[in-house]
Amino acid sequence: MFRRTALAALAAVSALTLAGCGDDAPAASSSPSISSSTPALSGTINVFAAASLTGSFTQLGKDFETAHPGVKVTFNFAGSSALAQQINQGAPADVFASAAPKNMDQVTDKGSPTTFVTNTLEIAVPKGNPAKITGLKDFADKNKKIALCAVQVPCGAAADKVFKAVGITPQPDSLEQDVKAALTKVSLGEVDAALVYKTDVLSAKDKVEGIEFPEADKAINEYPIATLTKAPNPDGAKAFVAYVLSDQGKSVLSAAGFTAL
Amino acid sequence: MLLLPALIGLAFLLVPLIGLLAKAPWSTLPSRLFSADVWQALKLSLICATSATALCLLLGIPLAWLLARSGLPGRGIIRALVTVPLVLPPVVGGVALLLVLGRRGLVGEHLELWFGISFPFTTAGVVVAEAFVAMPFLVISVEGALRAADPRYEEAAATLGAGRWLTFRRVTLPSIAPGVVAGAVLCWARALGEFGATITFAGNLPGRTTTMPLAVYLALETDPDVAVVLSIVLLLVSVVVLASLRERWISGLR
Repeated sequence: MFRRTALAALAAVSALTLAGCGDDAPAASSSPSISSSTPALSGTINVFAAASLTGSFTQLGKDFETAHPGVKVTFNFAGSSALAQQINQGAPADVFASAAPKNMDQVTDKGSPTTFVTNTLEIAVPKGNPAKITGLKDFADKNKKIALCAVQVPCGAAADKVFKAVGITPQPDSLEQDVKAALTKVSLGEVDAALVYKTDVLSAKDKVEGIEFPEADKAINEYPIATLTKAPNPDGAKAFVAYVLSDQGKSVLSAAGFTAL
Repeated sequence: MLLLPALIGLAFLLVPLIGLLAKAPWSTLPSRLFSADVWQALKLSLICATSATALCLLLGIPLAWLLARSGLPGRGIIRALVTVPLVLPPVVGGVALLLVLGRRGLVGEHLELWFGISFPFTTAGVVVAEAFVAMPFLVISVEGALRAADPRYEEAAATLGAGRWLTFRRVTLPSIAPGVVAGAVLCWARALGEFGATITFAGNLPGRTTTMPLAVYLALETDPDVAVVLSIVLLLVSVVVLASLRERWISGLR
């Protein structure tokens, strides 16, 4: 009886030790670069990016993988505030691209961020504009179904700023946790209008129509990007950020509706 | 040697809860606790979970009877379909509800046109979403109890001249009461903790559709301390309710 317990305990201890011995750093080539040319990249690059970057960054990821065979780029798209929290709690991210400087500031261990694009808000309505939305003042109409982003996420903070600047008190029916959720409600026809980014309207142009409004420039969202200090693949992180800031990156982002800087 | 795995299992379940209590911002707890948002979300959560459970009881007990006693052909398939909400990711459940009961949904379109009834973005929508995910628990529990119940009491009641509804009310239901209570408890707990289906189908608006899980999720994005406080409140309320259900009501031993 005692021997069996001892064996079980020994097995448990060895299992735990072996698990702890698992390598923390994945196979990333960290050979010192003698010349200034980019070192051979390998491994996986984990990019945490704001939901509004879904289409453009997925394309950039594919282009990057074609340019650097042997590298895999994986994405985690979500509301920027959720991503910042995940990174602070130890998520293994290499790059963070946020939809607002505020959420980038929430992350503590990072390289110096660079603003790479800006995005403006646009009103999104279902195809055909069934509720005949004309502008921002319709957002104060209680009889219309409105979706906004929650104030905690960049899209919601920008919307809040715009409404305050214009002096309209919106009557939302739902405060979504990221901009894509708000867009989905519009494309399903569940709401009459939502305030999302220009890029989101473009990405869903077969289901959604956009209505521009003049006060949009009161709250332009600046998107910063940064490598993370605890990145499992630091060379890959730097290379991907450099790619995003390059001309190829800029053209993909502009095509999606961003204003590349 | 069942003791060791049992203790590990218990630790696995308890340690996160202890961690929650340990990491709570005890110094600022009182001020955060009495903010209006907390009580609004809690009240809504409790009302919706209880309403969802009532709805599940109303519809689930007859459904369980259908599966256990009616002798309908194809019961196996019906039973499998009833358990689908258990395996379905809650957000998918929410999307499915939107596609059926939404403004352009199969049924919802007509509901809105003819009766002006709309479920998304309403408290009723929260109840529907919670009932959808929680009903399988009740149905399975009650079906099990019905199968285990002795049909001879019902036969005796019939020979004594009781009609079917009277028999069901006065003989069957009391004999399966522990199963019903256990199922209702599971149903209530599941409804209280529902997040994905609620936020997808009913949306999120404080006072109307923001339940505690939604409030915790959004608070987590900016102020984790508030999220911890909300979680502790929900935890305490759940523990109080579940602990106050005495074991003998669930096990049925007299």
